Amino acid sequence: MTDAMAAGTVRITGHGGDDIEAYLAQPLDRTGFGSVVVLHHMPGYDEPSKEITRRFASRGYAALMPNLHYRDAPGASPDDAAAACRASGGVPDDRLVGDVSAAVSYLKALDSANGKVGVIGYCSGGRQSFLAACKLPLDAAVDCYGAAIVRAPEGLPVTMTPIVGLAGDLSCPLLGLFGEEDKYPAPEETAELSAELTRLGKEHEFHTYPNAGHSFFSVNRPSYRPEAASEGWERIWEFYGRLLAS
Amino acid sequence: MCTYLTEKIEISGSGKGASGWFALRGATVYFDHPVHAQAEHTLNIDFVDPGKGPSARVAVELTAESARALAQAIETTLASVPAGLAE
Repeated sequence: MTDAMAAGTVRITGHGGDDIEAYLAQPLDRTGFGSVVVLHHMPGYDEPSKEITRRFASRGYAALMPNLHYRDAPGASPDDAAAACRASGGVPDDRLVGDVSAAVSYLKALDSANGKVGVIGYCSGGRQSFLAACKLPLDAAVDCYGAAIVRAPEGLPVTMTPIVGLAGDLSCPLLGLFGEEDKYPAPEETAELSAELTRLGKEHEFHTYPNAGHSFFSVNRPSYRPEAASEGWERIWEFYGRLLAS
Repeated sequence: MCTYLTEKIEISGSGKGASGWFALRGATVYFDHPVHAQAEHTLNIDFVDPGKGPSARVAVELTAESARALAQAIETTLASVPAGLAE
């Protein structure tokens, strides 16, 4: 292995036939690799999210992160696009599912891909990861502190309605990584989701880390918690290694 | 969490963005993750002109305490304006 990889912007045909941009990172030193769709957080298609995407390639996975805010502000900087998306009400669920479906098709068509595709999302992307795994045939899904799956705080717009009712359609094992000090989702909410998945016979593995709140993976934010993040990454490598690697 | 909670108002005035001054048509106010400020959540304000595209934006990210102090300062300043000037 040489650890060689390639990364850069590609175009994919997203929901509704829309042409959108996406960030692709893939290993160059192996064949038969698994793939991951990365769902960025609400602050957008930013540099830290691209670093996460490259991290998967460094571990031997092809990773593709669609710009979920692209339609709201084509060509704009990630923060301006996030602001425009927010002003228009956020990312609609059906559009998200369509864009993830397009990303999955793109990854499966890559030369040397093994055809297995997982999804991972952070913050709002955590809820979207669960949503995608309930709407699309996937091989593994990771939810990093996604709120509004079981219940939504009052006042949120329709784009953040609870989706626990879709759990019966979950198409793959789910790994959940949460912070004990998080309020959205609070440990009681994730326990409720776990109980529902158990009741439905859906394979899942939840970890809730002490001394960590929301966004503990975000290395550029004060919410970063190295211990929880390091343990979380290990759980991700084990999970994807079992379900996505050849 | 990503709150999506957003207040939108129409405003009139001017702001200075990355490309210089432009007329402001609206403002969005929300409490959510900042892009730059070192806090988990901040009170964010985008002063915008949607007609000029998403980059016509002046953005601020304030701690909740700072945002309350700013709101108070605005009210105090306006209250001290001589009669007839700020109507």
